[in-house]
This record gives sequence, structure tokens and C-alpha cells, in this order.
Amino acid sequence: MHELSIALNIVELAGEEAARGGYTRVQAVHLRLGRAAGVVKEALASAYELAREGSAVAESELKIEEVAVQIFCPRCKVERPAVSDVEPQCADCGTSSTQVVAGRELEVYALEVLE
Amino acid sequence: MTPRLVEVRQQILKKNDATARALRERFRQEGTFVVSLVSSPGAGKTSLLCEILRRLGAEYRVSALVGDLATDNDARRLAATGAAVRQIVTGTVCHLEAAMVERALEGDADFEQPWRLDELDFLFIENVGNLVCPASYDLGEDLRLVLVSTTEGEDKPLKYPTIFHTADVCVLTKMDLADAAGFDRAAMLDAIGRVRPGMRVIETSVRNGAGVVELIELVARGRACGAGLQPETNFGTGL
Repeated sequence: MHELSIALNIVELAGEEAARGGYTRVQAVHLRLGRAAGVVKEALASAYELAREGSAVAESELKIEEVAVQIFCPRCKVERPAVSDVEPQCADCGTSSTQVVAGRELEVYALEVLE
Repeated sequence: MTPRLVEVRQQILKKNDATARALRERFRQEGTFVVSLVSSPGAGKTSLLCEILRRLGAEYRVSALVGDLATDNDARRLAATGAAVRQIVTGTVCHLEAAMVERALEGDADFEQPWRLDELDFLFIENVGNLVCPASYDLGEDLRLVLVSTTEGEDKPLKYPTIFHTADVCVLTKMDLADAAGFDRAAMLDAIGRVRPGMRVIETSVRNGAGVVELIELVARGRACGAGLQPETNFGTGL
């Protein structure tokens, strides 16, 4: 389980961003998590509670937005949802794709700050 | 005081990715081709790597880093081939990170001096036995091999898709045991094709030598072509 490592990375990153923006109170950290990122949402949420202790974002809540897997379908010539989180096939026509355009996100995209 | 949403948009693993990029650049400049091996514990990474080092070592200058939670048993096994080998003991960490590779190359209290990459044609990195966590960490390698043995379930690619998404080539190991284990080759190939369409599969056996030459040719060609081996599908860098 590498969720604790990931959680520690999030805390560090959020702390740096807060310091850079001069925000002393971070209420929440918003995360975009791809369903194919290989990180378990529930495990990450509990790891975050440990990781934030004593940090610059100790009072923050981790808000996780999951991102579904999307592929570029070579047959439909557009971006389509994948048939499942593990199989990069077009949900519409079933064609296999080698271009995954979403679903691997592991990104802190916003801080909710009080000022 | 009112809450406000401030957009920051930062990749969580950006430090690892930056370290890996710097390593990759260095490997390219020094002419070292880097191959990593990932699999579940017991799939046969060390045995296969011993065979590769032994054969490839006859022609090239080869080296290996090996990650484990504890002991330097694997490093000793690999070093018996005559290759330059260093063990990375991760303690409780279940995967290797780019910074660990960087430190091992530099040498620390355990290692006497930095490795000279210009004196190494190949560097193999054997990750900690784990099909989950290593998927998230770029190590700066040119080629990532995912190993699955015939004694594991044929649905393993479906259970652990992320590692297959980030690997370039799938190596089936212990093919000599296929019959005894009731291995369903077609089901395994189908599962690999479903999670990673078009993925190259090499069937090997360290016992009878099957596929080892094909694998060695693959890495030798990779070194000769440099960046020519980039996979068509790469979930890891596709975003």
C-alpha cells in the first residue's frame, strides 16, 4: 500500500502551495484522482488523516474527485468513456484504443482557504 | 472570513517524476540503457535477471540494482553472475522511487563510491515484489518489464491493470511449469490484450532457456536504438 506515501506527498505539496500563496488556514485540499491511477480512494482518505497531523495543513479535509477513464476511439474519432476502468476499449463501439486521455490523474488541483 | 477556492494544479508525484526525468536524461547521455523488472513476489525476477546478466555480461558491461524490504540475498545472487550489483533496502517501503535509484548510484554509507555510468552499458532495476505500488513511480528506466509466472492466475492482468498499463513488455516466466500448473495460455494472452491492447509478450523459462535469447535481443536492440522503444500506449505519460 503506497497510499501513505501519496498522502505525505499531498500534505507536503499543499503546504508548499499554501506558503507560496500566504494562506495560513487551509480548510480543504481538492484532489483529482483517476480511477486507473492505482490508488485506492478509501485507503488514501484514511492515510491522509495520519499524514496531515502536525503539518501546515493539519486542519484540512481531503476532498477527492474521481476521474473516469476516457480513451480516444480510433474508430469513432472522438474521446469516449472506456468500457471499464481497466480495459481501454470504447464504451460505444468496443474498439481497442492505445490512447488513454483521462483516468490516471493524481493531482492536487485546488486549496480551499480561509482569508 | 470566507472560504475561497484557489486553483493550484500540481501533480502529486511531480518530485519523483522530475528526479526520474533527470535520471533518464543522464542515462541517455552516458549511454546506459535501463530496464526495470516488476512482478508479484516469487514470479522469478531474480532468477531471470541472473540469467540475463550472465548471458548479456559476456558482451556488455552490465549492472543491477535490486530493491527489497530487507536482506541483501538477492544482491548476492545477482552478484554471483559477475555483474556490478547494489541492494536497495527499502525498510517498510513497498516500492522503489526515483530518489532511491539516484542515491544507490551515488553511493552512501553502504557503498564506497558513485557508479560511473559511462562504464555501464546496461542497468537493470529489480523492483520490490509488488504488482500495485511500483506502477505509480517512474524510475527513469527506458523499458519496464512486467513478469507473470505460469503458477499465478491467468486473470492477474485484470486484477492489477495499472502495472500492465505502465509496463512496455510482459514476460511470462516458468513456462516449463505450464503443463504441471494447468496454465491456460490463451486465457492469459486474452487478459493481457484486454488491459493493454497490442502488448508484446515474451514466454520464458530459466530452466530450459526458452525466450531468454529473445529477451536479450530485445534489450540489446533497445540500447542500439536509444529511444526507439517507446511504447504506443503509455498510461503513465499520456496525460
